[in-house]
Amino acid sequence: MPNKPKLAVWKFASCDGCQLSLLDCEDELLTVAGAIDIAYFPEATRAVLKGPYDVSLVEGSVTTPHDAERLHAVRRQSKTLITIGACATAGGIQALRNFKDVREFTSIVYAHPEYISTLATSTPISAHVNVDFELRGCPINKHQLVEVLAAFLHHRKPDTPAHSVCMECKQRGTVCVLVRGAKSCLGPVTHAGCGAICPAYNRGCYGCFGPKETPNTVSLSARLREHGMNERDLQRVYRTFNTGAEPFHREGDRHGA
Amino acid sequence: MARRTINVDYLARVEGEGGVKLVIEGNTLRSVELRIFEPPRFFEAFLRGRSYLEAPDITARICGICPVAYQMSSVHAMEDALGIEITPPIRELRRLLYCGEWIESHALHMFMLHAPDFLGYDGAVEMAKDHPDVVRQALELKKTGNDILNLLGGREIHPVNVRVGGFYRAPACREFSALREALQRGRDASLAAVKLVSGFEFPDCERDYEFVCLGKAGEYPFNAGRVVSNKGLDIPQQQYDANFEEYHVKRSNALHSRHIGSGAYVTGPLARYSLNYDALSPLAKQAAQEAGLGTTCNNPFRSIVVRAVELLYAFDEAIRIIDAYQEPDRPYEEAPTRAGTGYSCTEAPRGMLYHRYRLDSDGTILDAKIVPPTSQNQPSIEEDLRVFAAGWLDQPDDRLRHLCEQAVRNYDPCISCATHFLTLDVERV
Repeated sequence: MPNKPKLAVWKFASCDGCQLSLLDCEDELLTVAGAIDIAYFPEATRAVLKGPYDVSLVEGSVTTPHDAERLHAVRRQSKTLITIGACATAGGIQALRNFKDVREFTSIVYAHPEYISTLATSTPISAHVNVDFELRGCPINKHQLVEVLAAFLHHRKPDTPAHSVCMECKQRGTVCVLVRGAKSCLGPVTHAGCGAICPAYNRGCYGCFGPKETPNTVSLSARLREHGMNERDLQRVYRTFNTGAEPFHREGDRHGA
Repeated sequence: MARRTINVDYLARVEGEGGVKLVIEGNTLRSVELRIFEPPRFFEAFLRGRSYLEAPDITARICGICPVAYQMSSVHAMEDALGIEITPPIRELRRLLYCGEWIESHALHMFMLHAPDFLGYDGAVEMAKDHPDVVRQALELKKTGNDILNLLGGREIHPVNVRVGGFYRAPACREFSALREALQRGRDASLAAVKLVSGFEFPDCERDYEFVCLGKAGEYPFNAGRVVSNKGLDIPQQQYDANFEEYHVKRSNALHSRHIGSGAYVTGPLARYSLNYDALSPLAKQAAQEAGLGTTCNNPFRSIVVRAVELLYAFDEAIRIIDAYQEPDRPYEEAPTRAGTGYSCTEAPRGMLYHRYRLDSDGTILDAKIVPPTSQNQPSIEEDLRVFAAGWLDQPDDRLRHLCEQAVRNYDPCISCATHFLTLDVERV
């Protein structure tokens, strides 16, 4: 039997939720573990197999000088590098520092800011190394993770549609929350993948999968203004977990107090 | 004098990035450091200027393992600031959501992260080769916890349904019927889990800890109660800051906490169990007695047994809640915004989580303070290592390293929470 492909899971600045998604595949985990060698996954095992690795899953964003260097070592050892989640793909919620003076942030949280080594910005993995595939979501959808792993192991393209959350609402049969009177919903400009959960729970989408392809954020903002949102609220809705994604970054900059 | 250096560069099977450094000179343990190098993400800083309604969604992102805890402490603190009284059915739904998170997190920690230490494996996947039934059962338990989170929260990681005042949507009674059968199976499986883990071998390591947790609420604590300890502390949650302080040490990107005047303390399952034993369900008490636990537990290596009892309790409690559930008239309560400060402690799976927010009159967050359980437990983890490792110095380096890792894992540390990393350096001088 040929050697099984080797999988590695790497962490940068993050909440651990996206790598937990792999352990949350309760029905698939032992099957996945049968098809691949989990060669490096410190959250799950002390065992470490040496690289190179066939597939690396990278969680988290780059926020320290040390991590920026470590990432290049990860890339060198990885045939395929897949980012998982909003931190790795767009810089995450911690990219909110990019709008502020990080020294001020450090002094708000820590008594001795001089002990803290940190970069001025939180940046996605693609800002530093070549990335083979980006899986969206804050957190990622575990079914999409299994799909992406299966696709790369079988040398095919992953089926992760780039259309909007609106499409998923229609598929799910959810009546539009904006039509029902919600003040805000980013569904029209947000990448599908979550299954349109928020509208099914009576709230507007808050954009945790980041921008869809070709999003018309200007048009959506005009509509949300008609729903009574002020400039500051408009800026806030784009400045969350995917604030570092270019279309959301740009639209957020158009608004403000 | 002979100097030995042992390094564990990356402590595995914990959430986040950290390490331990021991310096040993001859037969004396010179120093112990729990180092946390997980990069800081500055949540308290960027919460400033956000709306109070955003706090549960933003603070959930501090931790992918216990997002519900962050959501619970944040909404209770906002309700405290705004004078919102939640209704009894909402209180029950919040307990149910917490049951889901405790089940998911405890099953993950007990079987995937902690049990491999006792059974001698690197991890759960390796353990599955020899103990397939144990791992399959664990995954089934974990899945049932996630089923609760999915139904009530919308998804297992970073649920979307939690709102200040209640929930965006309250489920109908019939939605819970599919869950009931799985919960009953889970209750039976967790009874078996208590038996299984109580048969593990535990080092004889007991210490006289100060245990701190919520209590005196007439229920096993999730999101209500006073902050109490076995050394006489008994305060309302609003007085947390007057009794506990955080301090910054160079080796850790997570602030340490101490009880002012007395120092290190322990929060989490051992504390909850030892201070709230009477509030457990009869089934959970009986299982605890059969497992050989007394009404208190001072051996951190036995925390896996206490977690199993809490796992069983969470199933029992979830069944009680869904059987008595009546859909509330309104999914959430509201009140006009006002300037003020709100406080809340709730019980994350790994211990007490404190949030404090100061709000402007329009509900804008002016200031936020968050003290995760792992920050609170850091000094006790170091003290455990100092006391226990001193007795392990005759062990070979590999064994010593593994014992130290175990002593850290006893606490189910969530370093992502606390800063958000672990490495063991043992330096023998």
